[in-house]
Order: sequence, then structure tokens, then C-alpha cells
Amino acid sequence: MELTGNLVLQAIEMLVVLALAPGLTGLVRKVKARLTRRRGASVLQPYRDLLRLLRKEVVLAENASWLFRVSPYMIFAATWVAAALVPTFAIGLHFNWTADLIALVALLGSARFFLALAGMDVGTSFGGIGSSREMMIGALAEPAMLLMAFTVALVAGSTQLSNIVAFMASGEVGIRVSMGMALIALIIVAIAENARIPVDNPATHLELTMVHEAMVLEYSGRHLAMIEMAASLKLLLYMALIGCVFVPWGIAPADAGISGLALGAALFVIKLAVGGTMLAVFETSIAKMRVFRVPDFLGAALMLGLLGTLLLFVSRSL
Amino acid sequence: MIAAAAGIALCLLALSVAATAMRGLTAASAAVYAASAVFCLALALVGIWTLATQADASAMTVPVGLPWLGAHLRLDALSAVFLVILGTGGVSASVFAIGYGRHEHEPHRVLPFFPGFLAAMTLVLLADDAFTFLVSWEVMSLLSWALVLTHHRDEATRTAGYLYLVMAGFGTMVLLLAFGLMAGAEGGYDFAAIRAVTRSPGLAALVLALMMVGAGSKAGLMPLHVWLPVAHPAAPSHVSALMSGVMTKVALYGFVRVAFDLVGPVPWWMSVPMIVIGAVTAVMGILFANVDGDGKRVLAYSTIENIGVIFAAFGLSLAFRANGMGPLAALALTAGLVHAVNHMLFKSLLFMVAGAVLNATGRRDLDGLGGLIHRMPKTAFLALVGATAIAALPPLNGFVSEWLLFQAVLQSPQLPQPGLQFLVPAAGALLALAAALAAACFVRFYGVIFLGRPRSDVARNAADSDGWSLAAMGGLALLCVLAGIVPGFLIDLVAPAVELAVGARVPMQAGNSWFTVVPVAEVRSSYSGFLVMTFIAISGGASAWLVHRLASRRLRRAPAWDCGFPNADPVTQYGGGSFAQPIRRVMAPVLAARETVTIPPPGDMAAARHRARTEDLAWTRIYLPLVTAVGFVARRFNALQFLTIRRYLGLVFGSLILLLTGLTIWN
Repeated sequence: MELTGNLVLQAIEMLVVLALAPGLTGLVRKVKARLTRRRGASVLQPYRDLLRLLRKEVVLAENASWLFRVSPYMIFAATWVAAALVPTFAIGLHFNWTADLIALVALLGSARFFLALAGMDVGTSFGGIGSSREMMIGALAEPAMLLMAFTVALVAGSTQLSNIVAFMASGEVGIRVSMGMALIALIIVAIAENARIPVDNPATHLELTMVHEAMVLEYSGRHLAMIEMAASLKLLLYMALIGCVFVPWGIAPADAGISGLALGAALFVIKLAVGGTMLAVFETSIAKMRVFRVPDFLGAALMLGLLGTLLLFVSRSL
Repeated sequence: MIAAAAGIALCLLALSVAATAMRGLTAASAAVYAASAVFCLALALVGIWTLATQADASAMTVPVGLPWLGAHLRLDALSAVFLVILGTGGVSASVFAIGYGRHEHEPHRVLPFFPGFLAAMTLVLLADDAFTFLVSWEVMSLLSWALVLTHHRDEATRTAGYLYLVMAGFGTMVLLLAFGLMAGAEGGYDFAAIRAVTRSPGLAALVLALMMVGAGSKAGLMPLHVWLPVAHPAAPSHVSALMSGVMTKVALYGFVRVAFDLVGPVPWWMSVPMIVIGAVTAVMGILFANVDGDGKRVLAYSTIENIGVIFAAFGLSLAFRANGMGPLAALALTAGLVHAVNHMLFKSLLFMVAGAVLNATGRRDLDGLGGLIHRMPKTAFLALVGATAIAALPPLNGFVSEWLLFQAVLQSPQLPQPGLQFLVPAAGALLALAAALAAACFVRFYGVIFLGRPRSDVARNAADSDGWSLAAMGGLALLCVLAGIVPGFLIDLVAPAVELAVGARVPMQAGNSWFTVVPVAEVRSSYSGFLVMTFIAISGGASAWLVHRLASRRLRRAPAWDCGFPNADPVTQYGGGSFAQPIRRVMAPVLAARETVTIPPPGDMAAARHRARTEDLAWTRIYLPLVTAVGFVARRFNALQFLTIRRYLGLVFGSLILLLTGLTIWN
């Protein structure tokens, strides 16, 4: 009975995540539009876009292979599974024990791997330019992310996200320099991984400056819908990750009862709204950087992650 | 069991002789490879049986070799793990070669050496005295050298063969020194006697350093790796698969046998150079793989990376063991051994893919291929499994061993030495960088060869591989998937060897629910490849079904977006060089990357040229000066070759006096 309840809760969580993701993207776009004194589309616009794309036919490039058609579903599935690993409003769900923070990073790596391959499949230079740059960014972001995971795991004594959240929420942690460094490193990685300004511009229309958009240039219809959905999910995943590790308050244990879970869910939505607004403000206040400045940016994240880890060796209380 | 293993080795040797006799026969190739496959299968089964039943070590002495010593052979859990690697790699390479070998123009250049090479590697694993070990090692080197020289009419192959011979000779010489030091003045050359001696920490460290040079040069550790990326690709592809997948592991076996078994307690600081060299080798290896333009050389460089990863794991294990932390040493060693098994699986697979592509198109340069997913769909699918596995992506097997290693790295705060505490996380960052770069490397490898549009006529008209080759590759791909989703079996399989080496083991995995791997304790970390695989399959399948069912399933083919420049030539696609550009540019200092652009003056219709070059700093900074120095000294001494007999006698007399004087003074 307990197992069934837990599984139902798991399913609800996965569906909530799926339902909220386009809304978060819509919110970021809305706030950005307001900040630049435009009215902007409704927060619900991404939902409408997705439905429209799903209904449209797929226009497939002549040279596209089966890999190109399978990839959107693979990318979506890997990202969704990764998102299900992050505690959003409840911890202790069974699926949390399937994989830990390191596996989560690697799952996102799998999604990126297939996205980059899909970019290479049609055989145009835009796909290649996007794939090669994405893999370069990924190659630098992944170690930074892992070092951040090391720091957090060293503090919490576990790489299992449920345990980390429980430890962080317990109040034993206090304010630590190393956690601050890990937070900045994670934010930098999140910006790079989600193709946000200053690393990449999600709204660009110039092929040569694209990274993420160049890879998916050939996608259309339902395939594009799956990829857009996966991108939204990834943004939500990173927000939820930052939220659950650094502001873990309100996340309920799986056996907390309806009221506890409802409170957790409400707080989760508020956290997402705050995070989305902050992202929009940050993106509006900064210019996109040249592609070859990105390594410096990510190098900073790598160094911060390493410093955070090393500080913990100097003193367990830093 | 040792009798069975030794018997199989003998059969393989006999097969070598038989193959020489069969040189005229047309069916010789298939017969020899089929027989090799059967013998290798038997070897793998012997290894698995030894590990699964946790049988005691069995030994025998054969009265050959040195009269007072004989050849001591012994099979214990550690040998058995590597016997499984050798057997599995051997079976797949042999089955692949039944099909692949048909295309060999001069089969008699491969056939006699192939079973002998397998036999020599088996004997290295079974040897229980220094003499047998070194002789088998040398036979292994020489036979693989002969195999490298199969296509000896190619100038590049001859150069590769020469370089390999020099490096192999150097490696064996250093091993000779290491074993000489271990045997000591009494000359107890069998391993039992070596084990019984207690050594000072300094001597143990010296032996280990020599082993790092000797075995490391065979395995491909930086900076002794220079021969590997030229020699491994020069051989026929099934031999490349054996050399990269298996022989490097045999070299690692030599190191593990000495470091964890023969030499006794090792001071903790010896783990520092191992971890540093391992991590640096991993990053540099994969960086070179990222910029190289030759498919098989990319794979060879990636071998260097994986050897670095395994070596770092061994170093970490030694560090834990020196501090008496048995379970953690076991975790790190398990990570290393599991990665060794995994690397054999996916690297053999990928070398076979490269061989199949070479067969179908005659080319192995990335920029001459492309679009093969349409022409060789089956090979392309199996290659995708291999590429995903080697890129350390869940839910396949490469990720499992990387994950285990990261778990071991995370335990480093428990080490008492501050030096190691700082070093290990930094090395962990380098290993993470290597893993991420591996993903970039294999997107490039797969994307340029199999995806996009064909860049040459041969690629446009390629045909898929034969059934034998596909069966061998399919078997390896299946094992990659299985080892990824139920890694617990593999971890339990190597556990007896780990226990033998460090006196502890990771917790038994077979009892865990849902095929979850729990290396230390569940509160710390757990991973279930099976569940990840299932969830991805369910959510991917369900979403695809729902979208097709509820939304739309219409599809139309149309030309790709050309940005206003129609009919673009296939060379305008991203190729090997252009895909590598971002990484080449970011990592320019370590790769010594230079780009030169030559643009003809206005009005001149000549083509503009862009050249990108990288160089191996180990080669230009260490080896080339060394070669120059040796050449210089040799030229100086060349004069001695043309002396009269009187002068020669004078020279001999003079050196005799000099030596005697030296001896007198020393005494």
C-alpha cells in the first residue's frame, strides 16, 4: 500500500514537472519582454506553441536517417527521467534511489549526445557548427558540474539527492563559503547548459551565432515539439536542482500527508517563479559573449567548484 | 584448472604452427580463426568458472625453460579476471576475422601469428616465475610486431613497426630490471619466492616505478605512448581490436600483479605519481583523439585515455591500501578492473566498426567518409551502441565504471595525508573532463563517419558488412548493454580478484533489489542501470506512441535548409577538422595547435588554404631530441667501424685495463 502510494506520488510529480515546464519558459519570456518595455506573449504561449507543433506535419530533410527521427524522443525521455530524479516538492520517492547526482549529470550528457548527433545527421554546416560548439561547451560544463556535485556530496556525505536535501533542510549546514562557491558554479553551468544569455541566445535568428538553435534547425512539427519540451524540462530541472540543494525549505517527505505535500508544491511553484524572474532580469542586463569567451566563463565555474571542494579539505566547517 | 588453461595455450601455439603449414589452402583463414574462437571461448569459460566458484589458486610446473627453474604456471582469481578479458576479446576478434579475413590479400602474413599472439598473452597471465613471464611478454611483443607489419609495403606501417619494436624492447629491458631487483641477490625467480621477501619501502617504490615504465609503455601511459597511436591502427582491424582491447590489459595485469601482489607493502606516496600520470594520460589521450583525422588513430588515442583512467583507479586503490582502508581500496580497484573489462568490450567493438568501414570503403580518414548510416545500417546501429558506451553515458557500461571511480574519488577525505586529499579531487576533475571530452570525441567520430552526406564516391557506394563480422560486433554490443544494465554481476565477478589484491571487497551486489549497485552503503549512493534503461524506454516509447496516436503522424520529405545557397557540396558539411575546431582552439596550448590561412592576392584565382596543425609535445620535446642525440653519438662512434686490426686490439686492451682499474678501485 505504501509502495503504491509512493509510486502514485512519483507519477504525480513527474506529470507536474511536465505540466509546469512550458509555463516556466513562458514566464521567463514574459518577464524579459516586460523588462524591455514590450507587452510580450502570454505566459501560456509555449503551451499553445507545443500544441500547434504537435498537430503540424513533419517536414523531414531528404537525407535524414532513422537516428534523426528517434532522437527527439530519446532526448525527451532522458531529460524527463533526469528531471524525475530531482526532488521538487517531495523527497524519499522510490525513483530517487535509482540514480544519484552524478548519474543525473550523465543522463543530461546522454541527451546532449543524441542532440549533437541529430545535428550532424542532415549534413548541413549549421548542424555541424551547433553540434561542435555544444560539445565544447558541454565538455567544459560537465566537469564543473561534477565538482559542484563533489562539494555538495562532501558536505552532505551522500550523492543521493534525497539524502542531500534532507541534510540541507536539517539546518546543520549553516552558511558555508564552499557552498556559496558551489552555488555560483552551478548557476554558471545552468546558464551554459540551458543555452541562455550570455552563452547562447535562445531567441537568435542569425544562424552563425546559434548553438542550440543551430542543432535543431532542421526539426519541425512533433519532433520540434519534443525537443522544445525537453529544453523547457531541462530549464525547470536546473531551477529545481538549485532550489532543492540551496533553498530546500518546504520539501516534504513522501509520507507527509496531503497538506504537507500541497505546501511543498505551492512553495515549489513560488521558487520556480522567483527563479524564472531572476533569470529574466539577469539575461536582460547582460550581453551575449563571443563563443570563444565561453571557455573563460565556464573555466571560472570549474575553478570555483574545485576551490569549493578544496576548501572543505582545509576545514570541514568552511 | 591451470592444466586446462595451459592446455588451451598449447593448442593455440600448435594452431600457429598448423597455420604455417596450411599457407596454400583457401579455407585456411576460416579454419584458423574458427579454431582460435573455440579456444578463446574455452579460455573465457575457464576464467569465469574460476571466478564464479571462487576456486583456490591452482599451479603446475612444466619442465621447460631454464633447467633449474622450469616454467611455473599458476591460475588465481587475478589471472582469471584478465583471462576472461582475453577470452572474450579473443572470441569476438576471431569471429569477426572469419568474415573480415577474407578480404586480406596476404593471409599468410596474419594467420600464423594470430593464434600465437593469443597463446603468448595467455602465458603472460598464467606465468608464475619471472623467467616465464618475461619470455611470454617478449613473445607477445614480437608476434604483435609481426602482426603490425602485415601491410609492410606501406611506408607508414614500416615506420610504425620500427617505433613499436624500439619501444617494446625498451619496455622489456625495464621490466627485466624490475624483476631483477625483486628477485634480489639470491635470485629467487619464481613468484612464490619473490612474494616471500620483505622489501624496504624505497626498494618497493623503485620496483613500482620501473613497472610503471615497463608495463606502462606497453599499455600506453604518457609520455611512453608515442608508438601506440601509430602501431595499433597499422595492424589489420581485428588485430587492432586485440591490441587495444586485450594486450593493453595484459600490460595492466603485469602492473597489478607486481603492485598488489608480488612487491608487498608500497609506501603511500607512490600512489601520487600514478594518480597524476593516470589523470594526465586520460585528458591528453582524449584531447588528441578529439583532433586527429584518422578513424583508427582516434580509437587508439582513446585507448590511451581509458588506460589513464584505469591507471588512476589503481593508484587510488594503492593509496587507500597503504593507509589500511581495505573496503575503499577494493572500491577503487573494482572500478579499475570493471573499466578494464568494459574497455575491452567497447574498444574491440569500435575497432571492428572501423575495420568494417575500411573494408566497405577502403578509407579510414574521417573526411573521406560520411552518410554510412544509410549504406551500412546494421554496422551503424552497432557503432552507435559502442560510441554511447565509450562516451560513458548511462545506461550503458562505460558509465558504470566511471561512476564507481567517482564514488571512490568522493571517499578521498578519509585519507590521512593532506597531499592526497588535495590531489584526488583535482584528479577527479581531470577524469570528469576526460569523460566529457570522450563524449565530444565520439559525437565527432560517429557523426562524421556515419551521419551527414557521403564525402566520397566509395562512401556513397559502400555495402554493409558480412554476417560473421556483424555477429561479432553484435555480441560485443549486447555485452556492453548487459554490463550497463546489470553491472552487479560484473562487480561480483571481479570481487575474488579484488579480495586477493587488497584483502577486502565491495559488498555483494547480487542480493540488491532492482539490480541496483550499492558500492559503499545505500545512504551514500546507489545506481540502477536497469531502472534507468527501463524508465527511458517506457517514457520514450510512451511519448512516441501518444504523439503518433493523438497528435499527428504525417511526414513529408523536403530539401534541407540551405540558407540561400542551393546544392551545397558535401564538403561544406562539418568534417573531422572543423568539428574539432572549438576544442582545438580552447586547448591550443596543450595541443600546440597552430592554424595558418593563406589567401592568394586579389585577382589570383588559386584556392585559399587553411591548415590546422597540432603536435604531440611529448614527441617533439622528448623523443625528437633523444633521437637527435642518439644519432649524434652514433655518428661519432661510426669512425670506430673502419679501424685497422692493430687499433682494434689496442682498443680492446685499453678497455680491459680501464675496467680492471675500475674494479680494483671499487673493491
